[in-house]
Amino acid sequence: MDVVELSRLQFALTAMYHFLFVPLTLGLSFLLVIMESVYVMTGRPIWRTITRFWGTIFGINFVLGVATGLTMEFEFGTNWSYYSQYVGDVFGAPLALEGLMAFFLEATFVGLMFFGWQKLSKQAHLGVTFMVALGSNLSALWILIANGWMQAPVGAAFNPNTLRMEITDFKAVIFNPVAQAKFVHTVSAGYVTASVFVLGVSALMLLWGKWPRVAKRSFTVAAAFGLASALSVVVLGDESGYTLTDNQRMKLAGIEAMWHTEPAPAGLTLFGIPDLATHTTRFAVKIPYVLGLISTRSLDKPVAGIIPLVAEARDRIASGQIAYGAVERLKVAPGDLTARAAFALHGRDLGYGLLLKRYVADPRTASSAMIDRASWDTVPNVPVLFWAFRAMAGIGFLQIAVFGAAFIMATMRRFDAKWLLWAAVAMIPLPWIAVEAGWAISELGRQPWSVDGVLPTFLAASSLSVAQVWTTIVGFTLLYTALAVVEIGLIVRVIQRGPYAKHEEARPRPVIGSIALAPAE
Amino acid sequence: MALPLDYPTLRVIWWALMGVLLIGFALTDGFDLGVASLLPFVARNDGERRMAINTISATWEGNQVWFILGGGAIFAAWPLVYAVSFSGFYLAMFAVLAALILRPVAFKYRSKRPSPVWRESWDWALFVGGFAPALVFGVAVGNVLQGLPFSFDSDLRAAYHGSFLGLFTPFTLVCGLLSVAMLVTHGAAWLTMKAERGAVRDRARLIGTAAALAAMALFAVGYVFVAFGGLGFKLEGLIAPSGPSNPLRALAVAAPGGWLTNFHTYPWMWTAPALGFAGAALALIGIRSGWEFPAFAGSSLSAIGIISTVGLSMFPFILPSRLDPGSSLTVWNASSSQSTLFTMLLAVVVFLPLILIYTSWAYKVMFGRSSVAALATDPDLY
Ligand code: HDD
Ligand code: HEM
Ligand code: HEM
Repeated sequence: MDVVELSRLQFALTAMYHFLFVPLTLGLSFLLVIMESVYVMTGRPIWRTITRFWGTIFGINFVLGVATGLTMEFEFGTNWSYYSQYVGDVFGAPLALEGLMAFFLEATFVGLMFFGWQKLSKQAHLGVTFMVALGSNLSALWILIANGWMQAPVGAAFNPNTLRMEITDFKAVIFNPVAQAKFVHTVSAGYVTASVFVLGVSALMLLWGKWPRVAKRSFTVAAAFGLASALSVVVLGDESGYTLTDNQRMKLAGIEAMWHTEPAPAGLTLFGIPDLATHTTRFAVKIPYVLGLISTRSLDKPVAGIIPLVAEARDRIASGQIAYGAVERLKVAPGDLTARAAFALHGRDLGYGLLLKRYVADPRTASSAMIDRASWDTVPNVPVLFWAFRAMAGIGFLQIAVFGAAFIMATMRRFDAKWLLWAAVAMIPLPWIAVEAGWAISELGRQPWSVDGVLPTFLAASSLSVAQVWTTIVGFTLLYTALAVVEIGLIVRVIQRGPYAKHEEARPRPVIGSIALAPAE
Repeated sequence: MALPLDYPTLRVIWWALMGVLLIGFALTDGFDLGVASLLPFVARNDGERRMAINTISATWEGNQVWFILGGGAIFAAWPLVYAVSFSGFYLAMFAVLAALILRPVAFKYRSKRPSPVWRESWDWALFVGGFAPALVFGVAVGNVLQGLPFSFDSDLRAAYHGSFLGLFTPFTLVCGLLSVAMLVTHGAAWLTMKAERGAVRDRARLIGTAAALAAMALFAVGYVFVAFGGLGFKLEGLIAPSGPSNPLRALAVAAPGGWLTNFHTYPWMWTAPALGFAGAALALIGIRSGWEFPAFAGSSLSAIGIISTVGLSMFPFILPSRLDPGSSLTVWNASSSQSTLFTMLLAVVVFLPLILIYTSWAYKVMFGRSSVAALATDPDLY
């Protein structure tokens, strides 16, 4: 593998690993706010026990989110240095804002959340917990604005004097519809993940017959919050923004394995086998109308297919060659007026011209065969998109069903339905599969672009050696694997010890190692 | 849109802000790194170690954000610096990250199991998580002062021609040790203030005294290198402080002794190194005599002085290139666009004061000494 592929592998490993902890932090922080609010309002100690129990697990998970987030913050510089200098003027801003607005908030208050139980009033402590939840959700907002910009780079333009993208409209970057959609969908996914986790663990306790007062209440909170979030993750969010850029349209076509333009009203493929060689999808089972509704919110607009989108890319590549020529002339003679005029006309296709750099050093001299290949490069990995999407959406509907049932049972105060409890336990891994699948769709669907239409991935990497990148991949893998083992071990221990391992009110603590578990109630 | 601040002013402000963030990091997370580096030596048994750790348990996490924000702010304001330095220091950066990743985990997980082997292992992880970053940061600054081996091609793609071992030269090691000494002094001053009177505090005072002396000596040795070691760069010809951020036209050359030029031109700048020494001396006296607040103020002032000295001596250089001085990154050619700098400045003006307010509140809530006795009564302590 070359440096670009290795860097992608490393980014994928570290980001997907980071995102194992992120969703639980996002959701559990709000669940803690809910539980602690009940404690503050009712003053009943059981709710304090509940809050503190889930808070312990939150803490264990949170540190790994922080630890792995550190890597992410610097990885753009270490592994994607050309990317960083090419788009840093735009992309760096949300990252810095995330630090200013979100990380400081969550990290400062999280210390008080854990160590302030005896130093703060009830209300102040609840305020602190809320700040942690707010901080982590704000951090999701800013990072998704950054990521949304890579999917749909609005509000920025290439500056030939500095050879990079620069901001032209800050508001457009912040209110990017793709980023908004991503934010809603991703935080909802986080809420679902945490609800599934709390529901599943509470169900396990009920099955064990241990700590029923804690388990029933936790189960009820998780069922209600989870049902709302499970609905929101499916209903809200990702539908919008698919007409915004060519790449987004291509992604949609890839998700649907849709080779030809679907005339209105477009149907949704429920199932099929995408065949890359013949550009067809075999055994397709379709539901009429649904796709048009999802992607264009109408029944009278067609949804573009892969083959026509490739033809459009071919035109943009030709235009990009002209833009590239103009930039080369401006490099030597910044005042060249004809070059400026040519750039004004073709500048938006510069990135498409750069796609040719994969085959030839100077895109102006590319052969027609190279242009053909480059235009087919704009097609992402169709089978992965197709299947990952179906896995994610399938899990989405399944979760609605389980939460619906759990909610009904909880409102009827029936916690003895074994089948439901087992279903809740079995569901624990599913949201993680769905979120990882979601990111695979989002990021693989963006290929071959690092920034859609602006900078191809193969140009974005740093000038490193293969040995260097292998060293860090092996290093991160070893480190992360060890941490995962420790973390899972600790969470399991905390669950086995149950909510009363930490004594409720401050009283002399027995020597560690001989903590007597409070009897099950 | 005409912005109320011109481009050169914004660039200088952001250069200063980079210093503010670095100093914020050194003053806050600096004592966390120092305490972690001291841990195995000042605290000998589990109770003592827990007590020492609990002097920073509630606040290190917020402190670490100075480091993260430093990364984000350099990305936003100095994208070329972010790109060149972190890819250039690739393996060193990995070492720092690996060490810093161990730290949060060690804090949190250490107390979760009673086994002595478990705890001892996390103690060493904490030590590495404190000592290694302190050392590498200093070594990195030393390398920047020497000039890094990078150059740009005509597409502004940076290539770096150095190796990991090449980062370590006598001068950069002096810088690395200075950074360790500075942060250990700071950590010792912190323990003097926050640890209960007793063995841990006494040992911290002993090591802190040595560290403050070492910091002064190493700072002086560093000066000798800078004055006589052939270090330094200068800009030649017409510089356009409001020109486009394009380092292909940096007019820089190597100029041995050049890092002292600014001090000769603007003698007031000598206050920075003077502060570095005076602060360390104050820390020394404070730590020896058990005057806690002066000790901590001294180590803080010393860090401010030492970091400002480096920044001022290099201005307007940020990352000089010794391979191709013409590729050097300076305040005038490596920033973001004027509108990004301006927008981000607004954000800093609004949020930095808020951060300072709630951070101070957090420190106030956690005010008071940490003690071994408290471990028995407060189940929340690490
Ligand atoms: C949708 C949410 C989301 C996404 C896509 C990412 N993160 Fe993250 N990140 C969080 C949501 C989050 C969080 C929920 O706020 C975390 C997780 C656990 C935590 O402590 O905060 C966090 C922690 C976290 C930290 C530690 C902050 C601290 O000390 O409190 C850093 C530096 C980053 N992240 C950086 C990144 C970068 C550079 C990403 C992109 C490549 C990224 N994260 C993706
Ligand atoms: C934590 C959630 C995320 C996950 C799981 C994730 C997943 C991935 C994956 C699987 C890849 C590899 C794609 C490939 O190269 O084939 C990738 C690449 C990348 N992602 Fe993400 N991503 C996440 C968040 C983000 C965010 C928030 C950003 C930007 C702010 C981002 C920026 C990038 C970049 C720069 C690359 C490398 C360049 C590229 O391959 O295009 N990612 N990510
Ligand atoms: C029927 C249900 C669902 C639909 C229609 C749906 C739709 C989508 C689509 C189209 C994307 C790609 C976004 C892009 O263009 O980049 C996506 C991404 C994602 N999905 Fe889903 N999704 C569903 C359920 C879920 C569930 C249940 C989860 C997790 C619990 C989830 C988590 C994610 C995540 C984390 C991403 C990546 C971030 C993003 O792009 O927003 N999704 N989803």
